[in-house]
Amino acid sequence: MIEGNKKTFKVRDIREQFPVLRKTVYGKNLIYFDNGATSQKPQMVIDAINHYYSKDNANIHRGVHYMSQKATDEYEGARVTVQKYLNAEKSEEIIFTKGTTDGINLVASSYGELLSPGDEILITAMEHHSNIVPWQMLCERKGCVLKVAPINKKGELILSEFDALLSSKTKLVSVTHISNALGTINPVKELAQKAHAVGAKILVDGAQSIQHTKIDVQDMNCDFFVFSSHKVFGPTGVGVLYGKEKILDSMPPYQGGGDMILKVSFDKTTYNELPYKFEAGTPHIAGVICLAKAIEFIDSFDMVALEKHERELAEYAQDMLSTFEGVRIIGEAKNKTSVVSFVIDGMHPFDIGTLLDKQGIAVRTGHHCTQPLMDFFKIPGTVRASFAFYNTKEEIDIFITAVEKSINMLR
Amino acid sequence: MTLEDKQQEIIQDFAMFDDWIEKYEYIIELGKDLPIIDEVNKTDDRLIEGCQSRVWLDSEVENGKMHFYADSDAIITKGIIGLLIRVLNDESPEVVAKADLHFIKDIGLQEHLSITRSNGLVSMVKKIKMSALIAIGNN
Repeated sequence: MIEGNKKTFKVRDIREQFPVLRKTVYGKNLIYFDNGATSQKPQMVIDAINHYYSKDNANIHRGVHYMSQKATDEYEGARVTVQKYLNAEKSEEIIFTKGTTDGINLVASSYGELLSPGDEILITAMEHHSNIVPWQMLCERKGCVLKVAPINKKGELILSEFDALLSSKTKLVSVTHISNALGTINPVKELAQKAHAVGAKILVDGAQSIQHTKIDVQDMNCDFFVFSSHKVFGPTGVGVLYGKEKILDSMPPYQGGGDMILKVSFDKTTYNELPYKFEAGTPHIAGVICLAKAIEFIDSFDMVALEKHERELAEYAQDMLSTFEGVRIIGEAKNKTSVVSFVIDGMHPFDIGTLLDKQGIAVRTGHHCTQPLMDFFKIPGTVRASFAFYNTKEEIDIFITAVEKSINMLR
Repeated sequence: MTLEDKQQEIIQDFAMFDDWIEKYEYIIELGKDLPIIDEVNKTDDRLIEGCQSRVWLDSEVENGKMHFYADSDAIITKGIIGLLIRVLNDESPEVVAKADLHFIKDIGLQEHLSITRSNGLVSMVKKIKMSALIAIGNN
């Protein structure tokens, strides 16, 4: 059924398209609640990978032959698909990377070259290690200063403290759109305004938001937006850095090699224009083409209905978990989505996760690559159930029974 | 009892369990029974950081036999440590250094010794073997 040009949201139909969801683990139907780590792949993406290597494989941008031209067209077509999906102004603003981490490192390395000693970079206390460490490395290299905006006990950014840390010294704000460990949604549009008001640029880490919410980089008015294909139903090993053209133009190349040059001689090399300046070497061609397929897949659904479903799942799971004695939800932001992180008094997340695994349920346990955040909550880690639009309330019921069983075994 | 006898004993114990629940209930019991290392002895030099759970390990050699003391913040990890210690305690450093701990696989717990588990057990076994090699060197 089509409403407007979007398909009506029916979980059962969607699940049919994800072959892995039919899998059994230890003799039980797999319940996959680790979507924050990576999403599963629909048949059309799997087919596209197969199709590319069976029919279309060739290197791009450098062949006169038919096959190379076709692969190039598909690859550049994928760039336009991503551009339109993010509502970027130009396709040159879409740089293909290895993933979110690679995108952040590209900016830290290249934009970082434009920074001077004493310049400040502002992040938040809920960042993933990949949005902390590249900035620490930049600070060591260039003598910049890393500032961290604190959060409250609910796991929300304290805006007044964020404001207080912003100054004319701030050159870059780098903030997660949605926290991977807490599910908190940050007001990135407002943060972009604040950053721009002091002349700073803003990078938004979209690793966790890309599969859950519609992104409009022009409306958000961010200077950089990064995400990974594998979090949005596409293949691993490929991602996107969006950057405003003017800023990307001002930045030096990140890596040197083929494709990123105009002319090379031993005296002087001139660099290619955007986006090729930042895409040295043969890229993950199949990955990029199949990322576009994944985006076409998700774009065929009504994103508002999808978001609502995921939010309901998270709220239902949270309400059910809260009925257990000793369960503490970590991350109770007013504005949160699709993630329920929790700890149970006297029980280690690793033990809970191990026993859930034996019952066919995949959750993430540990510090979720956010050790400073875990230190803030004074816990070693959490159990995290993170949902995608193919998950169901029935799966949550099974999960809740399994949590209860695990608690009883450990008590 | 040789190291191999002790491994066989554990394999037989586990053969009695009908399902994963009984198996893990037993491991959890073992974890609860394992003597806890005093907080003062949970020092950084005894700590093996896993990504998920943490393990503390101490060892000593007395009359040519090794003794291990270990603890973990996760009870399942601790239970498996209990099994490892049961097999390796009272053995000579030479036997410990060469020990093939196949029983872990035989009782279906090999996933806990895989690198992805990040529970510190892989590093713990390495450290046990290292301490045995050091003991051989000191002798």
